[in-house]
Amino acid sequence: MAEEYWRWKEYRWTSPDLSWKGARVVTCGVDVGSVSTQVVIMADGQLYAYSNMRTGSSSPESAENGLKWALEGTDLTRDKINYTVGTGYGRVNVPFANRAVTEIACHARGANFMYGPTVRTVLDMGGQDCKAIRCDEKGKVMSFLMNDKCAAGTGRGMEVFADLLQVSIEKVGELSFQVDQEPPPVSSTCVVFAKSEASGLLRAGWPKNKVLAAYCSAMAHRIFTLLERIGVEKDFAITGGIAKNIGVVKRLEKELGLTVATPKADPQIAGGVGAALFAKTLVEKGKA
Amino acid sequence: MITAGIDMGAKTIKVVLLEDGKKIRARAMEFCGTDTKTATEKAFNAALFQAGLKMADVKHVTATGAGRAGAPFAKDVVTEVGAGARGAVFLHPAARTVIDVGAEEGKSLRCDATGRVIDFAVNEKCAAGAGSFMESMARALEVKLEELGPLALKSNNTIPMNAQCAVFAESEVVTLVHQKHSKEDIAKAVHDAIADRITSMVRKVGFEPDVVLIGGVSKNPAFVETMRRNLQADVKVLDNPEYVGALGAALVAAENAGVK
Repeated sequence: MAEEYWRWKEYRWTSPDLSWKGARVVTCGVDVGSVSTQVVIMADGQLYAYSNMRTGSSSPESAENGLKWALEGTDLTRDKINYTVGTGYGRVNVPFANRAVTEIACHARGANFMYGPTVRTVLDMGGQDCKAIRCDEKGKVMSFLMNDKCAAGTGRGMEVFADLLQVSIEKVGELSFQVDQEPPPVSSTCVVFAKSEASGLLRAGWPKNKVLAAYCSAMAHRIFTLLERIGVEKDFAITGGIAKNIGVVKRLEKELGLTVATPKADPQIAGGVGAALFAKTLVEKGKA
Repeated sequence: MITAGIDMGAKTIKVVLLEDGKKIRARAMEFCGTDTKTATEKAFNAALFQAGLKMADVKHVTATGAGRAGAPFAKDVVTEVGAGARGAVFLHPAARTVIDVGAEEGKSLRCDATGRVIDFAVNEKCAAGAGSFMESMARALEVKLEELGPLALKSNNTIPMNAQCAVFAESEVVTLVHQKHSKEDIAKAVHDAIADRITSMVRKVGFEPDVVLIGGVSKNPAFVETMRRNLQADVKVLDNPEYVGALGAALVAAENAGVK
């Protein structure tokens, strides 16, 4: 079978210095996205363990596998989890979740935790959608705009390009800067048309990295127009998988004229973190 | 007098040779490939060969299509919408609404009895309403493009597709396959999806009979069937529908060369 360049590496993590045992509340946030699933476990609102994997064809199974993997190697068992909140595209299909919360609310809440209370604008760049969210100092959503209709400006679009150019998706950002000169962005919006445009550029002799640069800047511009509509207020944070693609992030920073905040944890788990924090609040308020 | 029309499409190049603005002498098609100039020359030579003519016999060449500005041989150009209307009315004089679905564009136009365009709408931004969509779907279903239509005609079940975007629809098709839906049913869902996109565009400009279909996608019987059902009108597919734009350009060439 041919190599699948869009495939990113799945991983899990356990906090090296946090124990769940003394915690009053152990909560779990499950973000079943259209492309990836994150299961985040928090002890008293601190990050204890998480897993990040690709979503399979069944949401319940993906959630189940994610939980098993997040718990793997820890001394925590699922019966010790006090409350679980599901979020993301597959949030109503998480069998062990006690409640579902929208991913907009969870990403804002998660960003507030990961980037601090000064965050006012959160851009969540997911696998099959892109959301621009305005929030207050508590991570409460004030307003949002979303594109979930079109692959342009989503992770899926970038995957298509990684496959076309046969470049591992994790290297796209870095390689896109290895060009003599920044090329003009790919002009087609539609990913399908952009793909034929890129094939044309390759045939015209463009090196791969130049085509990657042209696509990264097209994507940055696409996202910029979404952000422009909602208005960007500092601090500005990016969550979701594309937050890790510096090719898009740096070009977006340039277009916006501001710097993106630095997270204290993996930006891809923000939705799961927000869900786990909602779970904690629900338990503490006795609403669980 | 011989005139020619070249339609420089996104995927293929079509050439039509016309005699005295009345009689079609030859049609030829070539994939654009990497070198559109060579591809155009090949298509042109193939058409000349079919008609038993030489380059010098062709008095006037008019180009149309997305790549018309770069067409070799052409003295002038006509828009795709203009060429589509001219060609359609020539083949079917009662045509007043022309729906043209090519590889990377969908168009709907209303025209008068002379083939003059009254109003039109174009989608060239999004693959969801164009032939590329069908190609992606055929790939996801692992069937040949020309098998997709006949497959869909075997189904009577409606499964709604959530995705409009061709890229998202491809993953959705894979999910539907995993959920054990039959290929026939999925093929039908795919046709319903593209026809819905085209229908909303047609409704935007309005339509009156006769409604005709041109462009490569109209060779797909399930698409035609779905358009008939959607518009609740008799929708006619013109002969050699993918050549109608080139024919329109050849007609414009004849007019520009002074053929009465």
